[in-house]
Amino acid sequence: MKKQWWKILCVLLLLYTIIGGFLLKVPEREVIEESIRNLYFHVCMWFSMMILFTVSVVNAVKYLRTSDLKYDNLSRQYAVVGIVFGVLGYGTGMIWASFTWADPNNSASASFASIAKDPKLIGAAIALLVYFAYLVLRDSIEDLDKKARISSVYNIFAFALLFPSIWIIPRILESLHPGGQGNPALNPQDIDARMRMVFYPAVLGWTLLGVWITSLKVRIKNLKEKTFYK
Amino acid sequence: MIKRFILSILLLICNYVLFAQSLDNSMRSNGKIYVVVAVLVAIFIGIILYLIRLDRKISKLEKETKINH
Repeated sequence: MKKQWWKILCVLLLLYTIIGGFLLKVPEREVIEESIRNLYFHVCMWFSMMILFTVSVVNAVKYLRTSDLKYDNLSRQYAVVGIVFGVLGYGTGMIWASFTWADPNNSASASFASIAKDPKLIGAAIALLVYFAYLVLRDSIEDLDKKARISSVYNIFAFALLFPSIWIIPRILESLHPGGQGNPALNPQDIDARMRMVFYPAVLGWTLLGVWITSLKVRIKNLKEKTFYK
Repeated sequence: MIKRFILSILLLICNYVLFAQSLDNSMRSNGKIYVVVAVLVAIFIGIILYLIRLDRKISKLEKETKINH
């Protein structure tokens, strides 16, 4: 049991998120009403995804500097778990949007047509697709060193593409999604002091959960390689 | 392993009995939101227990491969 305390911290933070997120008071707003509590879950998925992708690109750069395959493995697993969080963020966003943005008087297809052209959704979809392509590219190369080098370089490119697609373009264009005027979920218009009390621990908790899952994946991969070379 | 499994089942049953008797009234208050919280906490604890089990299994495998080398 070495250095396990952060796993306990992760569980405690997430328990606090679930209990506090449901029971503590939140500001009363029109349209969004109680669904504002999704902030502790949906938004945290994207924050965690961004943090995991950042760790992934740092490891990709480390690989390129040292040519140590250990970093390439780390980079790959962080990217995969980041993608999982991104997909979960997209799915939860779909559910949330269908009850807050969609007009119940319109038909489903008309609502879909109006929501689907939202620049924030398209940007996030592009970002995720670029990361899917990362996995496809990786697994299509047989040679280990070549695979690691090419996918590390591609990882840096994919990370750079996150900035226009989810940080810049959605803020320039008009969107239903909050955050056009500043940082979504960080500026005082979206969130007040009571919500911050849950939101920041929630981001940390979900991110630690992602790191935990990643660490398991990394260890499985290491084990596989050990038995393979034996 | 089986002992542990039985213990966890017992704990779950204890939990259920406790909920059923003393917490009955408070669980029904506030539009039954506490029920949702309890369900989510149960699911979350289940997933975490699963993760911990995976973690331990991998630790064990790591030890075994170290011995073999």
